[in-house]
Amino acid sequence: MNGLTRPVSGHLRRRKLMDRTMTAVAYLCAALAIIPLTWIVVYVLIQGLGAWNVRFFTQLPTTFEAGGVRSGIFGTLEVVGLSILIGVPMGVMAGIFLAEYGSNVLGAIIRFTADTMSGVPSIVVGLFVYGLIVLNTGGAYSAVAGAFALAILMIPVITRTTEEIIRLVPASIREASLALGVPRWKTILRVVVPTALSGIVTGIFLAVARVAGETAPLIMTIFGTTAPISKNIFDGPTTTLSLLIYQLGGASFPEVVKVAWGGALLLILVIFGLSILARVLFGGGGTKF
Amino acid sequence: MDSEKTSNSRTGERHEGSSGPVVSRKHPQGEPVMEVEDLNMYYGSFKALSDVSIEIARNRVTALIGPSGCGKSTFIRSLNRMHEIVPGARVEGMVTLDGEDIYARDVDPVRVRRRVGMVFQKPNPFPTMSIYDNVIAGLKLGRRRKKSELDGIVEHTLKQAALWDEVRNKLKDSGTSLSGGQQQRLCIARTLAMEPEVILMDEPASALDPVSTQKIEDTMDQLKENYTVVIVTHNMQQAARISDYTGFFFIEEMGAPGRLWEFDETEKMFSNPDRKETEDYVTGRFG
Repeated sequence: MNGLTRPVSGHLRRRKLMDRTMTAVAYLCAALAIIPLTWIVVYVLIQGLGAWNVRFFTQLPTTFEAGGVRSGIFGTLEVVGLSILIGVPMGVMAGIFLAEYGSNVLGAIIRFTADTMSGVPSIVVGLFVYGLIVLNTGGAYSAVAGAFALAILMIPVITRTTEEIIRLVPASIREASLALGVPRWKTILRVVVPTALSGIVTGIFLAVARVAGETAPLIMTIFGTTAPISKNIFDGPTTTLSLLIYQLGGASFPEVVKVAWGGALLLILVIFGLSILARVLFGGGGTKF
Repeated sequence: MDSEKTSNSRTGERHEGSSGPVVSRKHPQGEPVMEVEDLNMYYGSFKALSDVSIEIARNRVTALIGPSGCGKSTFIRSLNRMHEIVPGARVEGMVTLDGEDIYARDVDPVRVRRRVGMVFQKPNPFPTMSIYDNVIAGLKLGRRRKKSELDGIVEHTLKQAALWDEVRNKLKDSGTSLSGGQQQRLCIARTLAMEPEVILMDEPASALDPVSTQKIEDTMDQLKENYTVVIVTHNMQQAARISDYTGFFFIEEMGAPGRLWEFDETEKMFSNPDRKETEDYVTGRFG
């Protein structure tokens, strides 16, 4: 037993074989996991790219002939934009609260609520907003109602990622600020949050990407229309890319379904874009402390 | 300074603690800037320090030495209430700064920390700020100042911390782009910019190489002119080199609270201490 090499025994051979088998199995599983994703992307690309032309981006949708998704593009920007205005401040502030002041019963309750909320089916959220806003405004579907539903889906995700990221800020940096005679609240705002900012923004991007494709809660809140979208954000139906995919995809004319594929491709690219942007800009959520 | 004015030397006084061992303690010359009386510290139900009484001499360097886990770092945190950010940590006893009780009911810990600054073991510059902004970080969070005034403070404090020549041409670079030793000097400059009366240093050079350590020791020698320094160190030579007074902390057995075992002029502590444990420690027989 004094050399580095030993005569090859049956035991060692078995071990080496096992090692190779397991490595192969791991690679196979990884490949299997990637196949569906690649398949979807390639399939949507093939089906959707053909639908992309000037008319696709500039015309209104119709359910009986090839139209465009102009209203869906603007509607998505409108509803998602409004949901960011509502959801990001609430989510980020709740996250800061949980990380800095949340080690008590109230914090535990909020944390549990956020975790439960992120598991609520989105259609239930839609139904809730329908009852809360749409019915109480005389049955008016609106972009704001839709944004509200999306914000509810967004808040728990942003809250929890913000909390996690702020907790990662080293205690030594907090101590440094406190030891300079900086009050706690200023330490949080001027030292802790800026240090965690890139991670917080990454979390926001991923949460936005997640809700940008939501459909079910929007059916009950913005209704979805092939007519021009309402100019009043508080009143009148509007539509989004996801809703148009749902409506046009079920049409009986192949050229209309084609437009739905084009919309699907656009939506996927937007969501991919957001995710990739978040990772490229901020190095995969890694913060620089 | 007025350190020599009132010479109430109570040399060699032996202090009989209400419980526990006899502690040898000398009062430093002159009017102390901080006085600690019968301080006990607890983390939850664990008693970390017992009956510590000490006077911190103005414009002098006081070194605190002792084996690991005997409460030195815990103790200096009680001098600017930094222990309060640890849940469950509390103190009993009295700590005064210029005669004012820093634990009085209406005292804001934020104000205490402005007058009693702290430098930590590991350099901890603010990662999102430039070198310039790091120096003025504490000031910026206070009242507004003119740019020219801030420029002056940055240059002055970086010179005091012996860092100016190395960073004068890259003040806009990130504070974390510096080497460990430079970062620590940046942290010292940041503390100096607040013009505290007392600067606490918790093993400021233990994570640094000998050259950086040398620079920080040189800095401390100059700081004595304007500041009072309390430094915790594991490096006995360092304590002997830089300090005027030395306190030796000791625990008798595991789980017992730390005590200030002996306190005296550094020269005496390292040549002819009153207590056997002190002698054993400074001569390297244990710890």
